[in-house]
Amino acid sequence: MDLNSHEFWALVHGILLGGAFLLAFTGGLAGLYSLRLELVTPAGVRDRIRRLSIGTTAMAAILWLTVIAGTWIVYPWYREDVPSSPKSELLANPDTKDWHEFAMEWKEHIAWIAPMLATAAAFIVLYYKADLIRNNFARRLAMGLFIGAFVCAVIAGVLGALITKKAPVT
Amino acid sequence: MEARPQRTTGAEAPREEIDIAPVRPNGPVAAAVLAAGIGSLVLAILVIVSEASVSFADSLAYSDRVGPLAGKTIWAVVAFLGSWLGLGIALRRREVDLRKVTIVAAVLIALALIGTFSPFFELFMAEE
Repeated sequence: MDLNSHEFWALVHGILLGGAFLLAFTGGLAGLYSLRLELVTPAGVRDRIRRLSIGTTAMAAILWLTVIAGTWIVYPWYREDVPSSPKSELLANPDTKDWHEFAMEWKEHIAWIAPMLATAAAFIVLYYKADLIRNNFARRLAMGLFIGAFVCAVIAGVLGALITKKAPVT
Repeated sequence: MEARPQRTTGAEAPREEIDIAPVRPNGPVAAAVLAAGIGSLVLAILVIVSEASVSFADSLAYSDRVGPLAGKTIWAVVAFLGSWLGLGIALRRREVDLRKVTIVAAVLIALALIGTFSPFFELFMAEE
């Protein structure tokens, strides 16, 4: 039961990094949603802001690492100009060519929107800190950006998982 | 019988106790949000133009292994960071209408999502 380097990096890209963001998202969103004066104590605000600052920054960083690893490490193996590469295999069969032409073409681009949105969301949290609790609009804006990043990451992640099922990077 | 200490809820906590920083201008936030929209839209524009022109796509292939995706994403990130820096400097002490900024950014992001949707950008595919 071994993983070669291609499989290892595909795992890092898709599961360890991408999966970590998708799992952490709910916690981050709940933290932002419940950051309201009527719901937290003074001590709670400090603790909540500290966790939100660390969490949103880490999630933005994870998204950057995910797309950089995906584009610069895993994607070259996917698109290698050899008959055994996943791209070549998918395009060689009319029944599977849409997995490249629709799914991969969409995934490789939409994924890059996610870290930009998550970075803007993290910046709002870091910039306002505790002041975010009385700035409802900024808090909702951060949530909106965060949800946008999540939607882009989910589309890319699900398509990536399905493509890997059809033609894994090995 | 000793009275149990009352639990303080957030609703009961005096607001003054909450350590809130002084209100900061929202210009830097507007800059970050607009930059995310600009970076996303630049990516979409590069995707569409690359689809329409093989020579343009080839010019973005800074790495043979990655192909045109290398240039598309590098320039999108440059646009994101560059516009954030520029707008951040311009708006750093300004108070802006964040609602209007949000609408503009939402339009930019929506256009970017449409532009990076493969059935849409493949409409512009160069004839072989």
